[in-house]
Amino acid sequence: MKKKSEPIVNIIDLNFYYGDTLALKGINFDISEKKITAFIGPSGCGKSTLIRCLNRMNDLIENVRIEGCIKIKGQDIYDPSMNITELRKRVGMVFQKPNPFPKTIYENVVYGPRVLGIKKKSLLDDICEKALTRAALWTEVKDRLHVSALEISGGQQQRVCIARAIAMEPEIVLLDEPCSALDPIATAKIEDMLVELKKDYTVVIVTHNMQQAARVSDFTGFFMMGELVEYDDTTELFTKPKKKKTEDYITGRFG
Amino acid sequence: MKNFFKSGNPYVWLTASALTICLLMICGLVMLIMIKGLGMFWPHKIVSICLKDNVVVLGELVKRESVPYEEDAYRSKLKVGNRDVYGLDFKWINDDDIASMDYPLSAITIERREWGNMYGFLEGLRKDNKTEVVGMDEARELVKESKMLYERIRHIEKKEIGDINHLIEKNRIKLRSLIMQLPSEKLQKKADRVKEKIEALEKTYSEKEALLTELYTEARKKEFIIRLADDSEKVLPVFQVVRMYTPNNMHIVSKMGFYVSKLWEYVSGEPREANTEGGIFPAIFGTVMMVFIMSIAVVPLGVLTAIYLKEYASDNFLSRIVRIAVNNLAGVPSIVFGVFGLGFFIYFIGGSVDKIFFSEALPTPTYGTGGILWASLTLALLTVPVVVVATEEALSSVPRAIREGSYALGTTKFETLWKVVLPQATPGILTGTILAMARAAGEVAPLMITGVVKLAPSLPIDHHFPFIHLERKFMHLGFHIYDVGFQSPNVEAAIPMVYTTTLVLVFTVLTLNIVAIVIRNKLRKKYKTSLV
Repeated sequence: MKKKSEPIVNIIDLNFYYGDTLALKGINFDISEKKITAFIGPSGCGKSTLIRCLNRMNDLIENVRIEGCIKIKGQDIYDPSMNITELRKRVGMVFQKPNPFPKTIYENVVYGPRVLGIKKKSLLDDICEKALTRAALWTEVKDRLHVSALEISGGQQQRVCIARAIAMEPEIVLLDEPCSALDPIATAKIEDMLVELKKDYTVVIVTHNMQQAARVSDFTGFFMMGELVEYDDTTELFTKPKKKKTEDYITGRFG
Repeated sequence: MKNFFKSGNPYVWLTASALTICLLMICGLVMLIMIKGLGMFWPHKIVSICLKDNVVVLGELVKRESVPYEEDAYRSKLKVGNRDVYGLDFKWINDDDIASMDYPLSAITIERREWGNMYGFLEGLRKDNKTEVVGMDEARELVKESKMLYERIRHIEKKEIGDINHLIEKNRIKLRSLIMQLPSEKLQKKADRVKEKIEALEKTYSEKEALLTELYTEARKKEFIIRLADDSEKVLPVFQVVRMYTPNNMHIVSKMGFYVSKLWEYVSGEPREANTEGGIFPAIFGTVMMVFIMSIAVVPLGVLTAIYLKEYASDNFLSRIVRIAVNNLAGVPSIVFGVFGLGFFIYFIGGSVDKIFFSEALPTPTYGTGGILWASLTLALLTVPVVVVATEEALSSVPRAIREGSYALGTTKFETLWKVVLPQATPGILTGTILAMARAAGEVAPLMITGVVKLAPSLPIDHHFPFIHLERKFMHLGFHIYDVGFQSPNVEAAIPMVYTTTLVLVFTVLTLNIVAIVIRNKLRKKYKTSLV
């Protein structure tokens, strides 16, 4: 069993409602710092809902309600005094489908830093190079920085989105099924990159793909019907699942 | 049959025929306007018809039709011109009455500054009470000379005297404002100086006027003698001639040259003869400028309104009511907007502006009367629903994923709107602007009570400070059509003018739209979203 580092996120008794429908039921667990945590489970089990709670993206949806609390570094992010934009600067997010802005690659990556008020060209150039290097894209696009981000391939677009998120130097990077729209080669590139990323960032990834979770993550949570069925070290969970439901799922008996 | 309906083919036919009907009607309309309008500048042949009772008539054949309620009988409409002699421009001639018909080579068409066209034969020139014979070439030279004189007179009348009048008016207003203030030694001195200035200006004014009288007498010295169809002779001052030509004796190339020069006169010249002849440049200028001012007013207003409605206002009963109300504004008759513009913009705002800033000119209103600014703002109000609806559509077509991508980077709603959503919505917003422009350019009714006139003495842009005169009245193509076609003293002679003006209006709207469409397509390419 891997050594658990300090938890950076504590999720305590979390209930989440879409209107009257209870989507997450009594979720309780911690996410460790500078590790990769994966959420797996069948469609509609609430794993995407949970990850979107971590940077309050769910606030954009009308008619939702949340109970319980999520603490990041001990601070309740649903506290009324919490500044949502500040929170999102600390907790970056990458979505299921690549969603680059219809701007150049360069402008996409420095979008966040520009909003922070950085105007100096040399500094922005540095940030762009660093972020793209970390997203394992620099060598591929360094001569095409001023090409529209919509003209590159899907896998590259997704890595631009990752670079865009880490250009903000967040503490946590959330990835919501980042590879579901990509082919295996692009997926492999992003997986390699994720392993590099965890040296500096806490990574949370939602995935449909159990192999992916097994390959990249340190910890895995298995969700079903809005409940956290099992949460453990990844190797442990995949080799010696403690719950029957987990075993059925990972052995492919359903889902 | 049942299979035919099941196959779905009838619906293809149904939709295709609807499209065909639309296309046919539009093409028919455009063709009608083009055929009727573009023929106006072509030098038509002059026909000389000898009737059975030995009367000879001379003129252009305008149209031929069967006589109503009679079988196998045809009649022709002849434009005989010479309104000052015959009283009417046109004459109907039944085919039965015609004895013979020919096209005399020496017959000339004369376009005059007054009284419309004259048809006849050139007999000679009278100068200082002496008559001499002149040929066509000499006559043309004389016309050219007199044209230069005419240009000079126009320059003095419009430019030089116009400038003097402008200065006198300015000083007069200055004087009034000085008098209105409390009397004091210093102000009195100032007022005296202004008075002196006005007197000096008035002196130059009368000098110019004397010069004009002199020029006019000189211009009237030479006269052509024209023999009309009935062999009577008519004296025509050379100065009255705009153009003279022998259409029966013209080569196709010279006809084309003639066509181009007339077309150019039409789009660049000023109207003559109660707008029924000459050019329509002031109307084109007025229309384009009005559309520009309207766009400048309507785009920010409409876009901001739509942003609030779509992005900030919560979706409740009130916002739905507001949205319905905005959409229904588009259905309010345009004349109602005109009345509103008259009451609100002209009387209320314009009146207040006059009281505060132009009190010395009162009771003559400056902004308290119809003008291009008020007309444009009235049209902006009329077209704001179009822009609001189009902008809302454009905003909702920006993918949610793009917005979320921006929010996830910790941007506020405004930053996301400004940096990501609005640039992507711009093509859609421009589509709305295009529709609004097209609507505004063709609108006439509200303009008639907010500042359009039959003949504007000066353009809204000129060389007098401050160069753009938004308070001025202006001419408009749509109103021009109405005025020429239905309000002019000689409606029948002006019919081709109605078609050409329509053609120009359609063309102007098309040009404005093409410019906007090109810009939109460029932007659309730039912001093309291709999410994988």
